[in-house]
Amino acid sequence: MTTLVPIEENSAIESNKEEEHGDYRMFGLAAFLVADGMTFAGFFAAYLTFKAVNPLFPDAIYELELPLPTLNTILLLVSSATFHKAGQAIRNNESKNCQRWLILTAFLGLAFLGSQMFEYFSLPFGLTDNLYASTFYALTGFHGLHVTLGTIMILIVWWQSRSPGGRITSQNHFPLEAAELYWHFVDGIWVILFIILYLL
Amino acid sequence: MTIANQPSDFERGDRLQPTGWMRYLSFSLDHKVIGIQYLICGFIFYLIGGTLASAIRIELTSPISDFMARDVYNQVLTLHGTIMIFLWIVPVVNGAFGNYLIPFYVGARDMAFPRLNAVAFWLIPPAGLMLISSYFITGAAESGWTAYPPLSINTPAAGQIIWILSVLLLGGSSIFGGINFIATILKLRRPGLKLMQLPMYCWAMLGTSILVVLSTPVLAGTLILLSFDIVAHTGFFNPVLGGNVVVYQHLFWFYSHPAVYIMVLPAFGLVSEILPVHSRKPLFGYTTMVYSIMAIVILGFVVWAHHMFTSGTPPWMRLFFTIATSFIAVPTGIKFFNWVATLWGGRISLNAAVLFSCGFIVNFVLGGITGVALAQVPFDVHVHDTYFVVAHFHYIVYGGSVFVIFSSIYHWYPKFTGRMLNEQLGRIHFFLTFIGFNLCFAPQHWLGLNGMPRRVAEYDPQFALINQISSVGALLMALSTIPFIWNTIQSAFNGQIAGDNPWEALTPEWLTSSPPPVENWRGQAPLVTAPYGYGARKKEEEDAESTDTNNQGN
Ligand code: HEM
Ligand SMILES: [Cu+2]
Repeated sequence: MTTLVPIEENSAIESNKEEEHGDYRMFGLAAFLVADGMTFAGFFAAYLTFKAVNPLFPDAIYELELPLPTLNTILLLVSSATFHKAGQAIRNNESKNCQRWLILTAFLGLAFLGSQMFEYFSLPFGLTDNLYASTFYALTGFHGLHVTLGTIMILIVWWQSRSPGGRITSQNHFPLEAAELYWHFVDGIWVILFIILYLL
Repeated sequence: MTIANQPSDFERGDRLQPTGWMRYLSFSLDHKVIGIQYLICGFIFYLIGGTLASAIRIELTSPISDFMARDVYNQVLTLHGTIMIFLWIVPVVNGAFGNYLIPFYVGARDMAFPRLNAVAFWLIPPAGLMLISSYFITGAAESGWTAYPPLSINTPAAGQIIWILSVLLLGGSSIFGGINFIATILKLRRPGLKLMQLPMYCWAMLGTSILVVLSTPVLAGTLILLSFDIVAHTGFFNPVLGGNVVVYQHLFWFYSHPAVYIMVLPAFGLVSEILPVHSRKPLFGYTTMVYSIMAIVILGFVVWAHHMFTSGTPPWMRLFFTIATSFIAVPTGIKFFNWVATLWGGRISLNAAVLFSCGFIVNFVLGGITGVALAQVPFDVHVHDTYFVVAHFHYIVYGGSVFVIFSSIYHWYPKFTGRMLNEQLGRIHFFLTFIGFNLCFAPQHWLGLNGMPRRVAEYDPQFALINQISSVGALLMALSTIPFIWNTIQSAFNGQIAGDNPWEALTPEWLTSSPPPVENWRGQAPLVTAPYGYGARKKEEEDAESTDTNNQGN
């Protein structure tokens, strides 16, 4: 009863559609990142409201140390630049170079995660200690999840851009560009998070 | 289906698809199959949600909780609301008709991301099954479709967590769908087709998808925080641990007020397609329609706290949200007058599709009026959380969106199946629904004004009679689905053959065979720049034609 039927062969429009398809995927990803950004916006709004209307008891107040998060900010900003370099390299058909920049980016991502972990373990408060602590871990944790996913994506892209044999080439580099856009997005979120959480 | 005999082309083997009814159970990438999947899946959930509604109305025929235990009542109420909103109205007005119609309207052969589209649909059945099975396994959530803490934190955790997971899946489905619609409408338009030439449903879906993409993630984030409160005992929304319940309400309504427009804007769009066809007139005020949709989208984001007038919101906030909410009545009113003006002086065929659309207009005005009343703080503090609110939103979600879904099924069934629905049964369905609906919900205004609270299984005996009247209305509504179901099943096999374009409509989905071939058109997609160009032909032609379309109507 289930027969397989080929879809009708098509005219000019169809071939048009196939050619432009890369563009739509980027557009779709951008729309998805807007959505993802709204999740963070909701968290930020919640955090700021908590801060404004639910003051903590004086003994629960704890000033966050700045050096480590500042280092983290630098790590991520530099990694955005190195990813950008990787993108340029693949467009110029230099896959060796591209891979080098990618592995550096992945390393910076891992360094960020490591130093975030270190910060978690050295903080004097835990997830359920108070409202402020919970929000701190929820926000940084949700962002850290994004960094983890991003690092995995970078490693996949790194493997796929090997030459010869990789799928990512100077002609076909959508996955690399997608991962790059996502990574810039995650970095941008971190900057806002850094300002709101550590500086305000 | 006619396509089955086409010569095969195995170079495009990756796009081979099953045909026959089995494809509706497959991971099909065809937007039309996905549209029908959404519709049928949604309707099954509607029947389940409707059964729950009947249980609620049976319980409320007497002032004591005799039919169900109180906590069962709470579970039934929660499941009813959640199913009707997230598994019936949202997937059907967006997913079902959007997937079926939008590619036709933009002159494309499919959606921009067919695979994402199929994923978005297939998230729904497991989410729905999870939600319903929680009732039998752990006990369902008990805190209503709004899941307000601290109630949602204090009621049994298992059901609430399953509820959260299921709503997260449905939210994800909805976001994927929204991204797909935006990309399809903006990027996949046939060359030469301008935005201002698109059928109105495209604009409605563009506006709705913007709402979906910007607001649903906020709900997702909020529910994640709530789940932490439940399983990890954090205190985001738990006052005992220093948290703040009002923040939950703000975040929840930041999604859920737009969500009411996610349910009703596509319905606006569908009505705007149906009325011109059956009154043989162009849609009145196309440009104002477009601007009012966009105005509703923008205003829809700044009115959420009208649900929170009794939550200790400060006076300036109440004032702002009252004014902003009242403003929404302006674009909404414009749309209402445009529909009436479209009908005015038209050659209206009063068939089931038009009857349901007109029913929508009447019910929606009533719901809109009570909405504006509720937006006024001095009034709202008296009737908040009473049956007045229940009446208000049922006039909009049932009298509005559900009436439009039925209208759309009567209108597009010939397109879906190639056969007509039985007109007589359609009218019986309409009159039973319309009378039953008004009998059920109109008296609830009175109940609310006199102080009967919502969401409780027991009430003051003085309200018994009115509740019984309301339950009779609900019974009529339940009965009304029988002719409808019979009609749709029976007509699929024995209905009168429709021909490609039984309504002589001008929108692009009718300019191909019924049902359409897999990639929508045999050759090039037609360029339709005047989807509402009715009355543009010579008068004699129109006269000749209206005699044969009208013998169905009268
Ligand atoms: C003219 C436009 C509208 C206005 C001014 C309006 C106003 C309001 C107000 C002020 C409330 C809060 C009442 C209270 O809880 O005390 C409310 C509740 C509600 N409205 Fe509307 N509304 C409008 C249109 C709609 C539409 C289009 C829908 C859905 C498609 C809708 C669905 C709802 C729902 C579901 C609730 C109850 C939510 C709950 O507490 O469970 N409304 N409306
Ligand atoms: Cu609202």
